[in-house]
Amino acid sequence: MRTTLRRSTLDHLWPWLCAASLALSLLLLIMLVGLLATRGLGHFWPAPLQEVTLRSGETLAGQPIRETALPAQQGQERLYFTGNQDSDGQRWRWVAVDDIVSTRTPDDVIRLERTPWGDFIGRLVAFESANGHLEGEAAWKELQAQLALPPSARSLATLTLETASGASLMQPLSGVLHAQAPNALSLWEKLNAWQNGLWRFLSEGPRAANTGGGVWPAIFGTVLMVILMSVIVTPFGVLAAIYLNEIAHQGRLTRLVRIGVRNLAGVPSIVYGVFGLGVFVYGIGGSLDEWFFSDTLPSPTFGTGGLLWASLTLALLTLPVVIVATEEGLARIPDAQREGAMALGATRLEMLTRIVLPMATPAMLTGVILAVARAAGEVAPLMLVGVAKLAPQVPLDGDFPYLHLERKFMHLGYHLFDTAFHGEDVQAAIPLIYATAALLVAIVLVLNITAIFLRHHLRRQRGGEC
Amino acid sequence: MLAPSSNPPMPTFAAEACSLSIEGFSLAYGGKPALRDLTLQIPRHRVTAFIGPSGCGKSTLLRAINRLHDLNESARAEGRIALEGRDIHDPKLDVSELRRRVGMVFQTPNPFPMSIYENVAFGLRLQKRLPKRQRDDRIEWALSAAALWDEVKDRLHRSAWQLSGGQQQRLVIARTLAVEPEVLLLDEPASALDPISTLKIEELIRNLKSQLTLILVTHNMQQAARVSDYTAFLQQGALVEYGSTDQVFTNPRLQRTEDYITGRLS
Repeated sequence: MRTTLRRSTLDHLWPWLCAASLALSLLLLIMLVGLLATRGLGHFWPAPLQEVTLRSGETLAGQPIRETALPAQQGQERLYFTGNQDSDGQRWRWVAVDDIVSTRTPDDVIRLERTPWGDFIGRLVAFESANGHLEGEAAWKELQAQLALPPSARSLATLTLETASGASLMQPLSGVLHAQAPNALSLWEKLNAWQNGLWRFLSEGPRAANTGGGVWPAIFGTVLMVILMSVIVTPFGVLAAIYLNEIAHQGRLTRLVRIGVRNLAGVPSIVYGVFGLGVFVYGIGGSLDEWFFSDTLPSPTFGTGGLLWASLTLALLTLPVVIVATEEGLARIPDAQREGAMALGATRLEMLTRIVLPMATPAMLTGVILAVARAAGEVAPLMLVGVAKLAPQVPLDGDFPYLHLERKFMHLGYHLFDTAFHGEDVQAAIPLIYATAALLVAIVLVLNITAIFLRHHLRRQRGGEC
Repeated sequence: MLAPSSNPPMPTFAAEACSLSIEGFSLAYGGKPALRDLTLQIPRHRVTAFIGPSGCGKSTLLRAINRLHDLNESARAEGRIALEGRDIHDPKLDVSELRRRVGMVFQTPNPFPMSIYENVAFGLRLQKRLPKRQRDDRIEWALSAAALWDEVKDRLHRSAWQLSGGQQQRLVIARTLAVEPEVLLLDEPASALDPISTLKIEELIRNLKSQLTLILVTHNMQQAARVSDYTAFLQQGALVEYGSTDQVFTNPRLQRTEDYITGRLS
């Protein structure tokens, strides 16, 4: 009696255990995506600017970032992004909350994105150009009208700016990239500004040692490299899988090769990077330079990391994934299909190309999906074979031969690493890291969804589960 | 070990009535004999049934006529199988041409994952290009010959995998007929089907013998008796008895044959 009771209790319990494991995994996944999305996307929301008067009588304006407990005494301290590196010599201020006498959010406090000094936060006093001298609301209107024009069409003008502490400075219009008065924006305008900020992040190149501006070259480099890698890895992987499954004698040697291929998938990626550096970059690239580009030596053309070598290295890295997935797809096809085709007078090649390969296409695409997901996220091997901190020239342009395989390229994963660890302004890098990470996830997702739709379409076309 | 065949009288056919002639044919897989020294002649435009217990080699013999054993590297064949007087193992013979002339239908229906139309067109597309009109005609003819046309004529471009099992098997037969084979090998074609579909397939087999030579492997004694003209009984890879179906079923010469047919021997 007792044992039956315990056994039935156990039988009721174990589904809950399984469910709990699944729930935990899901929760972690949701937390990951949620954190990246809120922190990353929230960065582009036009944050309110506060003007704060301290107990010492000093006034400062800035964007409150976060609060932490003061290290030694009671109370909190708050981090403000104040900008104005040219007049203040710093961009960040920690202020003890107890020191704050008053906090206001005046509508006329504006934020300018500038080069080379970074953001300005304060007031616009005057807009001075050949057409005359404007002040107050008129100056702000004129500034916005000018910024709406393309940079080459803007007039030569100088802005007179005033910081919250009362310092005054002159700013040429040519150094202003973007202006915003976040406190004066309605919700609708804020949404618009958010969209705008997100678009500029996606479409512009990086500024200020990767802690500002956008990530367009990195998006482009990542996607181009993944596409090149897929183009290289798919035929090789599929042909190898066909040999292993359809042609090779299924003996001990084939089994050994199969085990070898599967284990290759577990080799740490940096090892592939070392291999790529030694064989592709120095070996093949060095020889190519000697044979075809000897006039530019000693400066290397192919003998240094570049798009081609990075794609090849990642293709090698993902080859086992494609082989294994394709082989599993081939093994699932019943022999009756093969014999049916042969019995109708098909040769082995006809049987393969007309029956077996179309049936195995969804499995191949699964392999490519897995390969893409792995390749888009790999950073370690790329550092050895061709990724760059800053490569303003994307590898695809209007100059012959259009696709520059020898160029170094930017990669979102490496950009993330570089922004996080090699930036000079850590505070400014934090939101960009989240945004870049969210973007990387989004790109892998988009690439995967494309392949999944393709697979689904192929399956539907054949009207059944293969 | 079986007693050596005491050579009971066997039906022989004049050269012009004989489609396939098997002479001293043996087949071994990796040294293990599967067929032993088979000699029999198969008449043209008749249905010949191979019967025998599981593993007796009847399917192996059927596949050997189509040279499907080529796909297995460990298979070793000896002796001669002649189709219309020509040895099918002749190295100058094109295997795919042989397989076109000798069609095969398997135990479980194996339509390709394509439309009904494309299934029947598959074999045609492997050969010289036919104009679309002619191809359409041939497909209609093949589907009609397989008694399937009326059921599928409105959905030729739907997936073949949506057909019922019996329809799939008739589609496979139509697919084979489309390339106009001289011999049709049927490996237990109705064993996976329901009784109604089985009857349809049997009727089809009887109708087809006016056009081609059929060889049927079956486990079902009644089926062999119903549809075949000649019956060969195999046991452990050797031919035990071969004669007209009437004679084998009503008056078998050997006790072993009688035991098997009446179900006393498994």
